[in-house]
Amino acid sequence: MNNPVNDDVSVAEAFGANPGDPLPQLPGHVSHGRLERVLRAGDFAVTTEIAPPDSADPDEVLKRAMLFDGYVDAINSTDGSGANCHMSSLAVCAILTRAGYSPIYQLSCRDRNRIAIQGDVLGASALGVGNVLCLTGDDVGAGDHPEAKPVFDFDSISLLQTIKIMRDESRFLSGRPLDFQPKLFMGASINPFVPPIDNRADQFKKKVDAGADYVQSQYCFDIQMLKPFMNCALDMGLTERCFVLIGVGVLGSARNAKWLRANVPGVHIPDSVIVRLEGAKDQQKEGRAMCVEAMQKIKDIKGVHGIHLMAYRQEKWVGEIVRNSGVLGTRQPWAPEPVETTIGVAS
Amino acid sequence: MYAARLWASRHSRFLEQVYHAVNPSILAIVRGVTKLFGRRFDGAMTSIEAAAKGVLFDCKMCGDCVLSKTGMACPMNCPKSIRNGPCGGVRANGRCEVEPNMRCVWIEAWNGAARMKKGDAINDIEFAVDHRRTGSSSWLRLARNE
Repeated sequence: MNNPVNDDVSVAEAFGANPGDPLPQLPGHVSHGRLERVLRAGDFAVTTEIAPPDSADPDEVLKRAMLFDGYVDAINSTDGSGANCHMSSLAVCAILTRAGYSPIYQLSCRDRNRIAIQGDVLGASALGVGNVLCLTGDDVGAGDHPEAKPVFDFDSISLLQTIKIMRDESRFLSGRPLDFQPKLFMGASINPFVPPIDNRADQFKKKVDAGADYVQSQYCFDIQMLKPFMNCALDMGLTERCFVLIGVGVLGSARNAKWLRANVPGVHIPDSVIVRLEGAKDQQKEGRAMCVEAMQKIKDIKGVHGIHLMAYRQEKWVGEIVRNSGVLGTRQPWAPEPVETTIGVAS
Repeated sequence: MYAARLWASRHSRFLEQVYHAVNPSILAIVRGVTKLFGRRFDGAMTSIEAAAKGVLFDCKMCGDCVLSKTGMACPMNCPKSIRNGPCGGVRANGRCEVEPNMRCVWIEAWNGAARMKKGDAINDIEFAVDHRRTGSSSWLRLARNE
């Protein structure tokens, strides 16, 4: 039998027997991935992100991933974030799947045309990647190679459409058929915190219409702004059709917050956040406490299915923050070295 | 011209009316010219389209015009040439992440569409442009159903 899926269903379902083997695809699921299982089971999910190293050393990737063991359901691998060059997102994902992790392959339209992208999508699925996040990408001018040629053959929405065609219609855009389609849980990004505020839900709807199974938001430092957006999304029925993971960040200090606000496109941080950090004795600790509070408040908002915790240069605190927030309840996500019942899915 | 293009999306309702009034005659003229002279005047007609839309919309002649669906704001002026915008990087003051002196093309587009009678078309998903059409005329293509 030429079956690409692990046959030993009972063991694989529990732990993913050989971590590198994809899990069996459950009925009604579009991927083999653990993240889709967690979300479709109705559990509150937590994802985080890994900063791909400036290195060709695979151990460096695994070292960074290990920090999240037992606390997250999936790990985003950024694709040249901020238009800076790092190890490729696809390679990081491949290293992670070999160890059994559930990576989210961030795919931006900045560096590749439709020929390269479709090839990479097939390759990612072949390497066991179960999730993809479709992004337009930052402009090249923002990064360390501003002289590069920006591609932007697609935007995030045409990228979603393309992967959906490959997955659901088993063909390339050209119409040429695929022998085996990529099994990917498709994600997109939303940013309810920047103009045009009134159209952000419309833009979200376009992404859902284009095929997004889940979305991850930009940093939410302003819950009062998130609420009307989520109400709008609920009214439009979007949260029924698409899982919503809200992004939270860990601010290292008031200075760090001001820098982020001024230099990273699309980041909105209200003054009150900066004032609170400035007033704290230990700003780093306060930043983590604020993150924990934000996670708890966001979990209570109707229509939210999970948290995307971005802790750039604060990765070592991810475990503590997730634990203190209590958003996972008693559930412990899968880890390569399982302690007791670390299955990541409600049984 | 930047000022003209801002004017265009601010007066999208008016331009929509003009478009609906003028479009059939433009297409009829193109069809007539094609019938009489074949494709001899394609170059000239393309130049006329480029000049007219260039002044008013900063048209980039992508060959796949969607102005009537995007609030009379040409999406090809977005530095990321996003056809389904905006991106998530828009500045708090509504300006472009890449070009801080320019208003976000897609804010203009959504505002323009809200003023138009058939503005809802902005909710339609536009697929990526066919780059073989770059520099070619949308009018000719529409008139000939190509």
